[in-house]
Amino acid sequence: MAEQAATDLRVIDAETSGLRSIASDFSSDRQAFRNVSWGKAMMWIFLLSDTFVFSCFLISYMTARMSTTVPWPNTSEVFALTIGGTSLPLILIAIMTFVLISSSGTMAMAVNFGYRRDRKRTAILMLATALLGATFVGMQAFEWTKLIHEGVRPWTNPWGAAQFGSSFFMITGFHGTHVTFGVIFLLVIARKVWRGDFDHERRGFFTSRKGRYESVEIMGLYWHFVDLVWVFIFAFFYLW
Amino acid sequence: MAQATAHAQGQQHPIKLYLVVWAWLFILSACSYFVDFFQVQGLLRYALIVLFMLLKAGLIVAIFMHMAWERLSLVYAILVPISAVLVFVAIMTLEADYTLLSRTIFFGPGP
Repeated sequence: MAEQAATDLRVIDAETSGLRSIASDFSSDRQAFRNVSWGKAMMWIFLLSDTFVFSCFLISYMTARMSTTVPWPNTSEVFALTIGGTSLPLILIAIMTFVLISSSGTMAMAVNFGYRRDRKRTAILMLATALLGATFVGMQAFEWTKLIHEGVRPWTNPWGAAQFGSSFFMITGFHGTHVTFGVIFLLVIARKVWRGDFDHERRGFFTSRKGRYESVEIMGLYWHFVDLVWVFIFAFFYLW
Repeated sequence: MAQATAHAQGQQHPIKLYLVVWAWLFILSACSYFVDFFQVQGLLRYALIVLFMLLKAGLIVAIFMHMAWERLSLVYAILVPISAVLVFVAIMTLEADYTLLSRTIFFGPGP
């Protein structure tokens, strides 16, 4: 009897690592993602689909840029700003990158304090994240205004290939929309944290499910994804 | 076993880990900005951009999004489908080359 139990344990142990664990998880006749709540799994699957959306935008941008016979505008000069008499290339984009990375840092720490059930710090860090996100969107609005004043339209621009404008507005516009919704989402969850919903397991008004601090982590997944997309946009659209 | 306990209480890692990753993300972003600032050109430019991009993306996904501590079945379910994007990139590269060729031949300045 005891021997039998020991063998079973060994079998379970062998299946917790490597490809074997994947095979046993998917063939278990139970939920495939063990220890992963449905909320988190669904957020991951949503993010995967969103990855495909942004991939399609970036690939269409790549195709347009590779196939045009007209030279592509030099992003280093287009996005340069003159500060104190010196022209700095891409400076606004660099600042936006640092702002978004900082917001990711505060978000990661909010998730951590959430699991320590530190209500106040979690809420404050989430509000800081929302503030940095709003700053990012504000800077993007400034950038759009500047480019529109300089004559950039989805169908034309003063510097070269016409597809530059359409790619720019499409990609950064969609990303900015994601950041904006992220800020709203952050404020909603931060309010719940502040009110103590996750400490008292207060039921949500829509789903009637008990509030848990895992909501902060799921929120964090979305926010980090927005930062992740920016990493690719920064590399491919601005730097390339 | 350690993983199971970690999951029972949610993800628990020292704050220092996040601060270190944050610092690295700042350094890597600064590096990719300097690629443009110093006008590094040619193959080196593209190699550096992609290198810093992948390092940043890896840090965000692995540490900030806790992918490094998730069960392997979730990790594979999310990361493997993304390889389809690379196939799409390859297809569209061929397509773009072909479009450019036809544009140069048929719509280019006459002889």
